[in-house]
Amino acid sequence: MAHGSRRMASSGRMVSGFGRIACAIAVMLLSAVAMAQAAATKVQAASTKVLSDSDCLSCHNLKASAKLQARPVSVYVNAETFQPSIHAKLGCNSCHSDIHAFPHPDPVRPVSCAGCHSSQTAAFAGSVHAIAEREKKSRFPACLNCHGNPHGMRAKTDPKSRVYPLNLPRTCGTCHGNPEIAKKYGFPDVYALYMDSIHGFALTSDGLLVAATCASCHGAHDILSRKDPKSRTFRNNVPATCGGCHAGVQVDYLAGAHGTAMMAGRPNAPVCTNCHTAHQITQVNVVNWQLKTVATCGNCHKKRLYTYRDTFHGQVTELGFVATARCWSCHGSHLILRASNLNSKVAPANLPATCGKCHHGATASFVSYEPHPNPHDRRQNPALYYAALFMNLLLLGVFLFFGLHTAMWLARSLMDKGQGARRPPATSAKKDDGVKR
Amino acid sequence: MKNNDSGRYYFRFSLGQRYLHGLVIITFLGLAATGMTLRFSERGWAKWLAEMTGGFGAVLSLHKLCAVLISAGFVYHIGDILYRAIIKKDRSLFWGPNSMTPQPKDAVDLYMMVRWFLWMGPQPEFDHFAYWEKFDYWAVFWGMAIIGISGYMMWFGPFFARLVPGYVLNIALLIHSEEALLAVWFIFIIHFFNSHLRPEKFPLDPVIFTGRLTGGEYQHERPLDYSRLDKSGALEMLRTDPPPRWLQNFSWLITVISVGIGFSLLVLTLIAFWTE
Repeated sequence: MAHGSRRMASSGRMVSGFGRIACAIAVMLLSAVAMAQAAATKVQAASTKVLSDSDCLSCHNLKASAKLQARPVSVYVNAETFQPSIHAKLGCNSCHSDIHAFPHPDPVRPVSCAGCHSSQTAAFAGSVHAIAEREKKSRFPACLNCHGNPHGMRAKTDPKSRVYPLNLPRTCGTCHGNPEIAKKYGFPDVYALYMDSIHGFALTSDGLLVAATCASCHGAHDILSRKDPKSRTFRNNVPATCGGCHAGVQVDYLAGAHGTAMMAGRPNAPVCTNCHTAHQITQVNVVNWQLKTVATCGNCHKKRLYTYRDTFHGQVTELGFVATARCWSCHGSHLILRASNLNSKVAPANLPATCGKCHHGATASFVSYEPHPNPHDRRQNPALYYAALFMNLLLLGVFLFFGLHTAMWLARSLMDKGQGARRPPATSAKKDDGVKR
Repeated sequence: MKNNDSGRYYFRFSLGQRYLHGLVIITFLGLAATGMTLRFSERGWAKWLAEMTGGFGAVLSLHKLCAVLISAGFVYHIGDILYRAIIKKDRSLFWGPNSMTPQPKDAVDLYMMVRWFLWMGPQPEFDHFAYWEKFDYWAVFWGMAIIGISGYMMWFGPFFARLVPGYVLNIALLIHSEEALLAVWFIFIIHFFNSHLRPEKFPLDPVIFTGRLTGGEYQHERPLDYSRLDKSGALEMLRTDPPPRWLQNFSWLITVISVGIGFSLLVLTLIAFWTE
């Protein structure tokens, strides 16, 4: 204060000596009043000022406090994880807005996330998870089930966030990878399937942020049952959902026979998941998957599978080797077109090129080979039908004749042996021989 | 006719015939094992066999290797016949008791044999080749021609499709596999029984491996052949030593392996066929 008055004094150089003294007295008086006022304000603040975060933490950071531990729900806030969390800069009051002073009301009002995150909570309200949450009647916002402790919450782009793409499957897996919970609510235990899939692999072993996680297909807050026509995973919406990443495949699929049938409302038309499965999606160059999908196509194309298995292609595949033609080698995988379509890989005009991929030098004559032969169908391939008939009769004839011949020979020889009668054959044979001639 | 000729040994099969039979045994077993693996590919044993062989590529390569070897044997046999017929002017190859051509006597022998089965008459006297041996021969002959041609058609599909329509390859596979089933079952049931496993011969007739049999056996089994050779004096030309011990053991070894593989394949393919 003295320092301040001296500065004021030196600033009034023009003032006379009396004036100087008068001024100094005035300043000293004013200073005294100001000091008194400041002291008064400080006393007032102790009773009305909003509590600071450090004030709150001075109690809530005491993990070992018996008082905090005795409560039904922990009210412990870890300052170390709270400080770097996304909500730290908002301050405790932003969410716990009913607490202004200490001691505060107990219990405190539950915090609603909707205050800031209104669009997310609105989306959540119509989701499958909200239905389950309503039944649970929890005091806490359902948001925390996935997003975790609100006092340590991170941005979704933060690798420490529970909903960061690389962490999300594990977060969803706490319920969807728990066989007991899965059984209780009647949903499939999909976590393990996902982790073994190409998507799961890309995520866990390659750490790809672009790999599909749960939310990529199911959405985040507005997850609906796949039976709901608005759901991303509703059958008719699956191509668009997968097409979010696999755009080129979606174009091919929609142009192909399966996509056309799906768009036309055919209930049996396959969508992506019918062939690729929903969660256990395998890399297409994995041998076991390549072998298995022959049966997958056969789920619908039963007769085609049956006739395929009778061919060399089918036999080699059946043995467990992929060095031969399987369904999509000829028909394509996503852009599958009917043979009547001129662009189809199996259209008559395109067959030499399609077969020629493996059979170098395939001609128009070569491709009259029937890759789905049915020897029981006389109209499809009469030559094959009659060849099969002839061969069957030949086998039947030979084995009937020699079967009988052998059986009779065995019986006679055994009887001879049993009697020990090994008669020399030459005695009467000549006579009989002569008679017969 | 020597009535007590059991101590002497005579050749019934030449070395060439025995080698050819050996080649057919090895390649036929190889073709059957690899072929039936493909034919019944849906079976666990087939997958196991394919896996143990080293994959489908190895199975197919072995199949083709055996096919080429047995084809070479086939071509050699045809060449041998032509050589004997044209150069050596041996017409007995085509007609007569030493010919493989079915003779009227074969029909009579079959009739007599059936009567013998039914205790209605004595067993017929056989000549150099019995009727069932001729059937074996022709079954293998035509079987090889049919299976061989259809097999090579599939092997070189695009080439053959220039000569015939591609759908003939469908027929080729059907005939190839049906004829193969016929061959495999015929050899492993009928041939094994007729030549080796019937009570008179059980468990094996080593004559095709050693090439020789005793005079007593010869006289008993092929009386007409024996007496003709005896009369013409040719029998003495066929005189030989008893089969050496190693050759007897070798015959046993071949038989045990062949019958083992054959019966395994027979049981597996029969079960697979009836439960198809």
